[in-house]
Amino acid sequence: MAEGKILLEIVTPQGLVFSEEVDEVAATGSEGEFGVLPGHVPFVTTLKIGMLTCKKGSEARYFFVNWGYAEVGSEKVMILADSAERSEDIDMDRAMAAKKRAEERLKHAENVDFARAEAALERAVMRSQVVEIKRVK
Amino acid sequence: MATLRDIKRRIKAVESTSKITKAMKMVSAAKFRKAQQRMLEMRPYAERMNGILSSLASGAEGEIHPLLTVRPRRNIEVLVMTSDRGLCGAFNTNIMKAAVRHIDELKREGYEVTIDVVGRKARDYYKRRNVEMRKAWTGISGKISYANAQEIASEIIENYTSETTDEVVLIFNEFKSAIAQQVVITRLLPLAPIEAAEETLPIYNFIYEPSKQEIFSRLVPKNVEIQIFRALLESQASEEAARMAAMENATRAANDMIGSLTLQYNKARQASITKELMDIVGGVEALKG
Repeated sequence: MAEGKILLEIVTPQGLVFSEEVDEVAATGSEGEFGVLPGHVPFVTTLKIGMLTCKKGSEARYFFVNWGYAEVGSEKVMILADSAERSEDIDMDRAMAAKKRAEERLKHAENVDFARAEAALERAVMRSQVVEIKRVK
Repeated sequence: MATLRDIKRRIKAVESTSKITKAMKMVSAAKFRKAQQRMLEMRPYAERMNGILSSLASGAEGEIHPLLTVRPRRNIEVLVMTSDRGLCGAFNTNIMKAAVRHIDELKREGYEVTIDVVGRKARDYYKRRNVEMRKAWTGISGKISYANAQEIASEIIENYTSETTDEVVLIFNEFKSAIAQQVVITRLLPLAPIEAAEETLPIYNFIYEPSKQEIFSRLVPKNVEIQIFRALLESQASEEAARMAAMENATRAANDMIGSLTLQYNKARQASITKELMDIVGGVEALKG
């Protein structure tokens, strides 16, 4: 392990999404965003639908993370997510279509699973945000 | 005696069958590789999940999750996993046999049994016999996603927590190797007590957000989903492996048949030539007379 680095691992039931040493990690926990630098105290939290950022030198990477858990150690961050995507793998058209579908469903609010439609909307919006941020920076 | 033309026609028919079975074998070989790949991909997740769970459990004294509590068994729910499609040898038959035996045994011991099925084959089996099923999930094999596992898990967990069922048993084909599957019967709920990790960091060092109890109680149902997902993937890989073997056998049998039919054909052809020759020779002799 290189000095002053964190090993970031993102694992989903669909496989290992990411495993590399980075300098800095920021993620959305259920109680709010948190950032991790090397030497962080051991820490376990649940994650919301949100964005995960890691920096390695001047290069930043962005991920979309859909629920999950994070286990943080002094030189390791492990993310167990239901699903996770790199910003470059996100299918923007699909996210937009999903967003439209979810909005449609929320409009006709009777006889729909409200929580589910809302979660779908949140996912779609977050996906497009992750792509947007990547593009801007 | 079959005429030459009859035999020829049969050879043609068997040849086209063998082409089909051969193609099906190739298709399932490709699908099998994909299924196996997915099984391997999901392994790291399951391992790490267990890691986190056991490190949580090692500090969780007296914190018991509803899915871990053992109740007296009265109503037992059995989840049978088969495939949607046939032509995979004894794959489904083995499962159904094991399921029927297990369910009969439970009934004889006086338990109430509820049946849930995954796969069209199991559903049809029980439908034909007018056995009541509580829930049947069909049409998912071949395109299993994690969402399928979540759906099944939430249903089962709900039944368990509302005390409609006191135990959930899972019957599926476990993948051993490309040529061997094994029917396994495992208890899904209540979950086996999670063993605390032997060497963990002193637990008081961890910060939990939100509370440890909450994280634990969210991880436990996740574990059920993972187990179901794993079973679905194992079953999928086994199905394709079984189909591959079945199609291999069918192709071989067809080729054997083509061999013996060709032999028969040649014999018949030879016989008819000999007969014609004898007719000619007989005719010549008669003219000489």
